[in-house]
Amino acid sequence: MSGIWLAVVGGLIFFLGYRYYSKFIAEKIYRLDPNYVTPAHQYKDGVDFVPTNKFVLWGHHFTSVAGAAPIVGPAIAVYWGWLPAVLWVLLGTVFAAGVHDFGTLVLSVRNKGQSIGTLASKLIGQKAKVLFLFIILLLVLMVNAVFAWVIANLFISFPASVLSVFIQIPLAVWIGYSVYKKQGNMLLPSIVALAVMYLAAIVASYVPVLQIDLVRYFGGEGASTLFGLNATSMAFFVWIVVLMVYVYIASTLPVWKLLQPRDYINSHQLIVGLGLLYLGLLFTNPEITAPVTNASADTSWFPLLFITIACGAISGFHGLVSSGTSSKQLNKETDARFVGYLGSVGEGALALVAIIAVVTFFPTAEEFTATYSGFAAASGAGLGVFIQGAGQLASGLGIPASVAATIVSVIVVSFAATTLDSSVRLMRYIIAELGTEYKVTPLTKTHVATTVAVVSSAALTLIPQGPKGFGSGGYLLWPLFGTSNQLLAGISLLLVSIWLKRQGRNYLPTIIPMVFLMFMTLWAMIDQVVTEWAPWNEGSDWMLFTFGAIILVFTFWILITAVSAISGNRNDSIEKSA
Amino acid sequence: MEKKFSLKRLFEFYDEVLSLPHKQEIARELRDEDDLFLLLVYSDMLGIPNPAFYYTLELYPHIIEKFHDWHLRMGMEKSPLDGIRCC
Repeated sequence: MSGIWLAVVGGLIFFLGYRYYSKFIAEKIYRLDPNYVTPAHQYKDGVDFVPTNKFVLWGHHFTSVAGAAPIVGPAIAVYWGWLPAVLWVLLGTVFAAGVHDFGTLVLSVRNKGQSIGTLASKLIGQKAKVLFLFIILLLVLMVNAVFAWVIANLFISFPASVLSVFIQIPLAVWIGYSVYKKQGNMLLPSIVALAVMYLAAIVASYVPVLQIDLVRYFGGEGASTLFGLNATSMAFFVWIVVLMVYVYIASTLPVWKLLQPRDYINSHQLIVGLGLLYLGLLFTNPEITAPVTNASADTSWFPLLFITIACGAISGFHGLVSSGTSSKQLNKETDARFVGYLGSVGEGALALVAIIAVVTFFPTAEEFTATYSGFAAASGAGLGVFIQGAGQLASGLGIPASVAATIVSVIVVSFAATTLDSSVRLMRYIIAELGTEYKVTPLTKTHVATTVAVVSSAALTLIPQGPKGFGSGGYLLWPLFGTSNQLLAGISLLLVSIWLKRQGRNYLPTIIPMVFLMFMTLWAMIDQVVTEWAPWNEGSDWMLFTFGAIILVFTFWILITAVSAISGNRNDSIEKSA
Repeated sequence: MEKKFSLKRLFEFYDEVLSLPHKQEIARELRDEDDLFLLLVYSDMLGIPNPAFYYTLELYPHIIEKFHDWHLRMGMEKSPLDGIRCC
C-alpha cells in the first residue's frame, strides 16, 4: 500500500473530526457565544491581552505546540506495526487532543484568561495547586532529560548537523539584538539565518572536516578513553555537559535575546520540514513496508502505546499554551474551535507524517523487523530511522538523501534545543515557586534554581545506562515523559469536566478521554514499575522505580480528587454562564 | 469586504503569525521601562526624595492617564496618592 493513502485517510479523518465533532462540541458542550466579551477585549493592555485574528493566533498556537516530541513518540511506537500507531494518532487527535486543547482554551477564556494552574486551585482547592506544580516539575524534568538525550544522540549519529545547530545561536542573538535595538523586521534576517544554516548543513554533508564528530576525535567506536569509558559514551558525556552549559546560559537570558529569535527561525523550519515531508511523499509515492501489526512483540502494545505516543495524540503541554497565552489573545469566543481544535489537528498531522516516513523507509519488512527487533531497540533507533526516512522522502524533490537527512536532523535538534531552553526556564520558575511556597529562600534565587534544574536534568540523562554505557539508556525515560504528559492532560480534562458539570452540561466528551488516559497511565506504570524496575526484578533500576512510583502516587491522587470533585457539589467563584 | 489574495499579503500574514510573541515581549520590556520611569516621577509623592521633583511635576498631565493601570500593576489596588483619586 502506498504511504499517500495513509496521509489521505488521515487527512479525511482530521477533516471530519474538525467539521462535525468539533462543531458538536462547540455548539452543544462548550456552547460558544460569539457575543461573549473575551479577556482579550475585557483586559486589553497591548501586552498580554491583545485581540488577535484567528488565523494569526492559530499559526502562533500551532508553532508553539509542535516540536520534536510528536516525531520521537510515533517513530518508536511503529514497533507494534503501523496500524496501532496510526489509529491512536488519528482517534487520539480527534476525540482526546482536540477536545482537550479546545476545552482548556474555553475554560480559560471563561475565567479571565487564567492559567490551568490557577484554575486547578479555584476548581479543586488549594492542594491542587501544589499537585499541579509537582506534576509540571516532573514533566519538565523528563522533558529536559529526554531532549538532552535526543540532541546528544543526534549529534553523535549525524555529526554534519552540529555546525548548523551551533551557527544558529549567534545568528539568533544577532537577530534578537538588531530587532530590539533598531526596531527592524524579523522576517528577512531570519530567512537569511535559515539559509546560512542550511548552507552549512549542505557543505558539512560533503566535507568531513566540518563534521564535528566527537566519536572520531576520541579514536572511533570501541576505543577506550578516560575513566574507562568507550568513545561513544565519552562523546555522549561531553555533549551532555556542553548542552547543559548552553542551556544554563540560554535559560537565564531574557527571552528576546535568544529564545524568541530561535523560535522564529524554528517556525520557518517547521514549515520547511512539513513541506519537505508531505511534498516528498507526493513525489516519491513510497510503499509501506513495515508490518501492519507486530505479532511477536516482546512488550505488549497495550497499554504502552498510549504513553509512547503522547504528543501527536494528546499532550498536557498544549493546555499550558492554550490557557497561558492563546486564551488571552482570542478575539471572539467562537474562534476557540478554530484555534484550539485545529491546533491539535496540526500536531496530529506532524505525527502522522513522522509515522509515514518511518514505515516507508525500509525496502522490505524483514529489514524493518531487523532494526525494530525489540522495544528497547526501537526506542534507541526510532528517531534515527525517522531522519533517514524523511531524507528518503525529501529525495523525491531532487535533494540528495544524505543532505536531506542532515537538514532534517538540524530541524529536529533545533526543535529539541528550543524545547530544552523553555523547559529549563519553566523548571527554574517552578523551583522558585516551590521555594516560596515552602519558605526555602535560596531556591527562589535565579542561579540556585537554574543550577538545581540543570544538575538534576543532567543526572537523570546520565544515570540510566544501557548495554552500551552512557546514552544507550536514555530511552527508558521516554515512557516516563509520556506518562507525566498524559497526567497533565488528565488533570486539564478533569478541570474542564468539573466546569461542565457545574454548568449542568454533558461532560462525557471530556471525562471519557480523561478516564481512558488515567487508566492507561496507571496500567502502564504499574506494569513497568512492578515487572521491570522494582528491586526484586533482574535489571532493576532504583531511579526509574522511584520516578515510576511517584507518578503512580500522583495518578491515584488525581483519580481520588476527580471522584470527589465530580461527585461533590462545591460552588465557587467559577464563572457561571448559560 | 474580502481582500484580494496576493503574495505580499501572504508574507505579511506569515510575518504577523511569527512575530506575535516577539512583539508581545518587546511591548513588555518597554512597559517595564515605563513603569520604572513612572516610579521615578511619582517617587517624591511616595516618600522617596527626588531632587528633580520640581521638573517631573511638569510631566503629570502627560502621564496621569497611565497612573491607574500603573498602580494596579504595582500591586496596589487603590490609588496610593491622596492627590490622585482615580479609583
